[in-house]
This record gives sequence, C-alpha cells and structure tokens, in this order.
Amino acid sequence: MSENPSTTSAGEASVDRRRRTKLRLNSSMIIGGVLILLIVALALVSFIWTPYGPSAVDPVARLRPSSPEHLFGTDRFGRDTLTWIMYGARITLMVGIVAVGIAVLIGTPIGIVAAVFAQYPWGTWLGAVIMRANDILLAFPALLLAIVFAAVYQPGTGPAMVAVGIAAIPGFARVARSGTMQVLGSEYVRAARASNRSVPAIAIVHVLPNIASMVIVQASVAFAISVLAEAGLSFLGLGTQAPVPSWGRMLQESQQFLSTQPELALWPGLFIALAVLGFNLLGDGLRDRFDPKMEARGNG
Amino acid sequence: MDENLLEVNDLTITPAGTETPVLQDVSLSLAPGERVGLIGESGSGKSLTAQSVMGLLPEELRAEGTVSVQGFDGNVLTAKEKTLARMRSDLVSMVFQEPMSALNPLMRIGAQIAEVLRIHGEVARGDIPGRVLGLLTSVHMPDPNGARYAYPHQLSGGQRQRVMLAIALANSPRLLICDEPTTALDVTVQRHMLDLIAERVAAVQAGLLFITHDLAVVAGVCDRVIVMYAGRIVETGSVAQIFTDPQHEYTRGLLASSDLEATDARGKLYTLKTALSYAGPAGATAPAAEEPADVREPAPASAGESDTAAETASLIDVTGVSKHFRARGPLLRRRSPVRALDDISFSVAAGQRLGIVGESGSGKSTLLTILSGLDRPTSGQVRVGDVRVESASSAALRSLREDLQIVFQDPFASLDPRMRVEDIVSEPLVARGMVRAERLARVEEMLLAVDLDSKAMRRYPHQFSGGQRQRISIARALVTRPQILVADEPVSALDVSVRAQVLNLLTDLVDDYALTLLFVSHDLGVVKHLCSDVIVMKDGHIVESGSTDDIYANPREDYTRSLIAATPSLAGALASAT
Repeated sequence: MSENPSTTSAGEASVDRRRRTKLRLNSSMIIGGVLILLIVALALVSFIWTPYGPSAVDPVARLRPSSPEHLFGTDRFGRDTLTWIMYGARITLMVGIVAVGIAVLIGTPIGIVAAVFAQYPWGTWLGAVIMRANDILLAFPALLLAIVFAAVYQPGTGPAMVAVGIAAIPGFARVARSGTMQVLGSEYVRAARASNRSVPAIAIVHVLPNIASMVIVQASVAFAISVLAEAGLSFLGLGTQAPVPSWGRMLQESQQFLSTQPELALWPGLFIALAVLGFNLLGDGLRDRFDPKMEARGNG
Repeated sequence: MDENLLEVNDLTITPAGTETPVLQDVSLSLAPGERVGLIGESGSGKSLTAQSVMGLLPEELRAEGTVSVQGFDGNVLTAKEKTLARMRSDLVSMVFQEPMSALNPLMRIGAQIAEVLRIHGEVARGDIPGRVLGLLTSVHMPDPNGARYAYPHQLSGGQRQRVMLAIALANSPRLLICDEPTTALDVTVQRHMLDLIAERVAAVQAGLLFITHDLAVVAGVCDRVIVMYAGRIVETGSVAQIFTDPQHEYTRGLLASSDLEATDARGKLYTLKTALSYAGPAGATAPAAEEPADVREPAPASAGESDTAAETASLIDVTGVSKHFRARGPLLRRRSPVRALDDISFSVAAGQRLGIVGESGSGKSTLLTILSGLDRPTSGQVRVGDVRVESASSAALRSLREDLQIVFQDPFASLDPRMRVEDIVSEPLVARGMVRAERLARVEEMLLAVDLDSKAMRRYPHQFSGGQRQRISIARALVTRPQILVADEPVSALDVSVRAQVLNLLTDLVDDYALTLLFVSHDLGVVKHLCSDVIVMKDGHIVESGSTDDIYANPREDYTRSLIAATPSLAGALASAT
C-alpha cells in the first residue's frame, strides 16, 4: 500500500534538483570567499615565512617604493611593508574572530531567550526588558565603548576586540529574536510541544538549527564591520599598540609621508578594503542562498 | 473544424542539467469556448503545462514543442517577453491557487483591478471606476461598491478568489486558465466559486482550462477531461466517458480513490492499487446498493475498551467551554472580543470516532488546541481522562500529552526541515526519557506500521512527498501509544489519490491501537467515511451533533444541509454533468 513508485521517484528527482540549485554557489559568495582565503593565507604563511623579520630595520633602504627586494616597498625605518601586511592580517583576523565570537555567543542566546519569554504571559515584560536593554546597548557606538575601555584599562588589541564585540551584540540579539519567534510560531514547534518537549529542549533542538543560517549571515557582515572598526581604532591609537604590526596603525604612520611616499598608505588601505569587501560579499552571497524567498524565485 | 483556440503540440520540458523530462510529448487542443479539465496529482506536470501556455516557464526549464494561441502569431514558447505580455490578459489569463499571495496586500482591491484595465489601455480612463464596479458585481461580490476600497486581508478567501476572477476576466480574455482555484477554499465556498467560474466563462464565451487534482470538482465545470500522469497525458475524453468508462488504469484509480462512498470488500477506500474492482460512482450503478457505506463495524465502543481501564463513562468531557480573543483595534477604539468558541459542550466515549466539521473560522482548530492543553479556555471545563485540562499543572499536562497526540494539517509545516525522520518521530519518546537504542527500535516499528521502510529514518522531510510526510506525522503521533488521536484536517492538504491511502491507514491504526479519534475536517465526505459521530460547528457554536448516518440522512439545520450539498461527490458531479 506504499506510495505509487513513479510518484515517489518524480518527487525525488525534483528534490535532487532543488538540492543542486541550493548548492550552486553564487558569484558574490565565490568572490568573497576568494578574498577571505587570500587574507587567511597571508596570515597563515606569516607564521612560517615572511620576507623579512617584522622588526628588521634597514636604515639604508628607508621609504623605498616597490622593488624586487621589497615587493611593497619599505617604511620610514626601512621595514618591509609586505612583511607588515602579512603580520597585520593575523591581528585583523583575530580581532574579527574574537569580536564576532563574543557577539554570537552572547547576542544569540539573548535573542532566543527574549523570544521564548515573550511566549508566556508572565514573561512578556521580561522579554521586553531584555530587548530594550539591547536597544540601549545599540545606541553606543563601538568607538565610544573602545575609548571608555582604553581609558579604564589601557589601549590595546584586547580591549578593542571586546569593545567591538560588545557593540555587535545587539545585532545578533535582534536577528536571533526574530528568527526564534518565526520558528516558535511554526507548526513543528506546536507538534514538539504536543510531544511534551520542554521549552529549553525546543530551543536547542528546533530553534538553533533553523536560525543558524540567519546568524551565519549576520556573522559575516559583523566580521567586516569588526575589521573596519579595529583598523579605525588602531588608526586612532586606541587599538593595537606598537610594535605589533596592524593595518590600521600602518595607515596612521603613513600619514605624514602621504605626499612623498603615497604607496605606504596604499597597501594597508587596499588590504583593509579587500577584507571588508570579502566578508560583505560573502554575507550577501550567504543571504541570497539562505533566503527562502530567493530560493523560491530560483526554483519557479 | 475551426482554428483551435489553443493548440499544444509535443510539449516536452526538461530541467536544465538533467536528461529526464518532467513533461513529455504533451499535445492538447481547445476549441473556442470549450471547457476542459486538466487532472492529475501534484508533480504530474499539469501546472507546468499551464505555465507554458502563459509563457511563464521558469528559465531553468528547457521547453520543446509548440504552443499556439488563436490571435497570437507564432510559438508562445519562443516568443519574446514583450509580445507575450500583450498576449497575457488580452488572450489568456489565469486564476491562481492561493488568492492571498496572488494579490498585492498593500493595494486596495479596486486599484488592483483598475491597474489591469489601465495597462491594457482599451478602456477610457474615466470609465475605469465604472468598469471595476461592473466587474465586481459580475463576480457576485457582496457590496461591490465598498469592496473597491477594501484591502485583500479584509476579505475572506472566497471573496479574494472572486477578485482574482474579476481581474482575470477584466480584459475579456478568450482563454481562462484556473490552477486549482478552489483547493484553498472551504467546501461551501468552493461550490459557489465553481458555479461562478462556469457562469462567467459562459457569459464572456471564453475557453476554460481548469486544473485540479479532484475529479469531483471538474465534473460540474468542464465538458472534456484530460488526465495527466507523470508528465504525460494518459487519457482524454468527455466527462461522462471518463467517469463511467475510464480506459486507463490510472484514471480508474483516480476515480476510485476520489469516491469516498465506495469501499472494497474489506471496507477500505479504493486506492490506485486496489482500483481494479471499483465499479464506478454510485450514480452510475444503483444508488441504494451503496447506502451502507460503513462496512467496517460501527460499534467501536465495545472494541478495544479493555485497555482503557474500566472506564465506561466518557473519556473526554467538554462543558460550557468558551474562548475569547481580544481583538486588537487601533488606539482609542473599543476592543470587542472575538468569540472563537461559545459555550461548547460535548463528550466522547472511549473508542468513539468523533468528527468535528465546520468551515474555516468555525472554531474547530481552537477547540483542538484547548483539548490538547496547548491553550486554555476563557471559561468552561475540559476533562480528558482524569486530567482537568483547563486548570492542569504543567506536570498534569505532560501526562495528558502522553495520552493525547495530534496530527497536524500541513505535512510540510509540521515537520522540522532540519531534523532527520528518526529524530522527528522519536521526539515524543525523548521527552519521556527513553534511551536512544530503544527509541530507534520503536521508531522503526512505527514507521513500518505506517508503511514506510526503515531506510526513511536517516532521511530529511523534504525528501518525501506530501502523503509520506503525513505518514511520518502520524507515526510521530502514535509512537507513544496514546489513547486519543486528534487529527486536524490531516488530509485536506493532500491529493485525492493520496488521501484515500492516508485515510485507510488511519482507519487501520485506529482499529489496531484501539484509539479514540477526534477528526477535524471541513470535508463531510471524509468525516462520513471515517467517523461514527459528528459535531457540526459554525461561528464557535455547535450547530448539530449526533451519529454520522443520522446527520447525513436527516440534517435538522440548514447549515448542515448546505454543507452536505456542497461536498463534492462523484455521483453528484456526474448527475449534474449529464
């Protein structure tokens, strides 16, 4: 009495087709991915090999333009710019990972909890309080937080990362909350409740996997913002301190030579732009892929 | 013969990147003013055929063959988008299945109809409002003048579908394509809609291509029927011929499984597999012979009573239950509560099969949510077993849910898309704290009971068809061995051919597991087949209740009578067609 065999195979064929379209990478994802891989590769290679040491100064070869010895030229102390770019990639990625990590790990649960509370009559106000607190946090720019942190502790990569991460929490909380509310309203959650699943279990088993795609998209966009924020903070002297190589500080140091040696500003600026572009494109691509509306359009 | 209105020759459609066509060598023709039904189950390619006629095929599908429409030069399949745009609504227009998503939610109804007229540009600007009013009147819109200023969400499903029809007919097309226009509607509304479509098409002398999976629906509307199966046309013929003398095996199966009044020797509905012995709809043979449709023993009260304790009294008691929702008005406007349920009382004995029937909005789903403890009534008492649901603690509710399980309406929404079938089905067992190995054994056993093999365990819901998903849903509901099974329109989202299989399965399982069944549906035909007793609900009240046969034979209330009259049945459809 099983289903008609040919019906089933027709169904499976269409499912296969859908999966294939789903796996098809779009161009923003590919370009974004390649850019990010380039930066990750730079950072990884810097652990094994760099053209020169990061603090190897060469007083003779100061402020040189690109040449076979120094591909990206040298700075005012004669340090190799390529070496610094490679070391700087480490800081950039680390800041991104730590900041986004803080935001994901704190923001997502906050959003889920707020949405879950809102389901109960007694929890409506609690959910509202959480989200309003979230809104207040949203009102603080990362820069302001970093200045406060730098004043209380001392300026450095650590406080900068934490500040950027905290500032990104509200975004994740909002995304997680709206996603959770959507999932909690679905029929399969009703079915789970009818099967006696407890609310925490539903949050872990049903909600998390179903909002993961939204959180991932948010993460890649937040990564781009953190990279930019760290560069900005270092430029202002509130982020990574000398002598640790950082793209933001390289930009700042190149300022005084902008008229004589503009190439010095070009390289860190270019790499910051590439990193931000890469993560933004990846985020766009992921969103297109995960967005059910887009998918429906693609499949007609 | 004159030039045909629509001519489709050897239409073959292949998805990009695959070799197997989803539509193969489809040829059909439609004379001017002819009304043709296109029948098949989901995935049979009927909607694709309609889309190719409109020139609306998705880009990743490769289409070969020719589609020509009278008054349009050339092949629709290869024509440019610009010329196609003129053809649509000029020559061919379409009514879609889901009226809510086919209308722009932010635009007033009148403006949406006017837009179509304006783009077409044949009606003078000043005449447009008058024409819109005329169109709304012609589709029998209640208060057509006021309806022009309504937004889609303010209309009911049937009214929205009327608007869709008005839009489709705005430019007096020569061919109207209806893609399952009544599937999303209640039975009573469906009847009106079908009559309306037939009336309007006749009035403007347009051809009609009517797509549906339900044979009973097509009979009243069409002259000729085309049956599609797995991307091919398997049979073509007049309505009477298809209904009384189907040639193809599949047509016979489809016919048999849409007939809820005919059962085989074992009291089962006919399915595609068992259709060979099907004799035809009751109207074609002697109607009296089919009268005792309930071949299976209608004495469930004594069967399977033993394991539901010594309780001879009712298992479920509902007394004076009301549920009010506070409607949200704009600021300062007084909020008047919506009475979803008003003073509902009934009781269900152990082993009884109770059908709850009513249109959407009659409160049947609200009643189910309250019974299963997912929501609390505003007032009144609900007792299920020995649990007082309305005041139960969460621990008591938990034990209630061990005994009462639900099968939901939409098999696509009620299964978590990111979970494997084994995890979905075993979910109620996890809540009980059963160890994994034991859980999986139970799941496997249960899947076998619903006719799915154990290979299904490792797969995800999207890999299954609608009928299979509903089986998974049933398996999940029964895996805890509940005493009570609550089914919320479990077959209304399914194809007719699959519906019979799922209903048979439910009947078997209810017998095997000695279940008390609460079956909610808007379709009296289904309830009549499955249930021993029935409650008819309207606007939150119980209109009528009693044994199914009684209510069917002599309905006391007008409302019940209209429900029965509106239920599409093959016999009735055939009678009206011939």
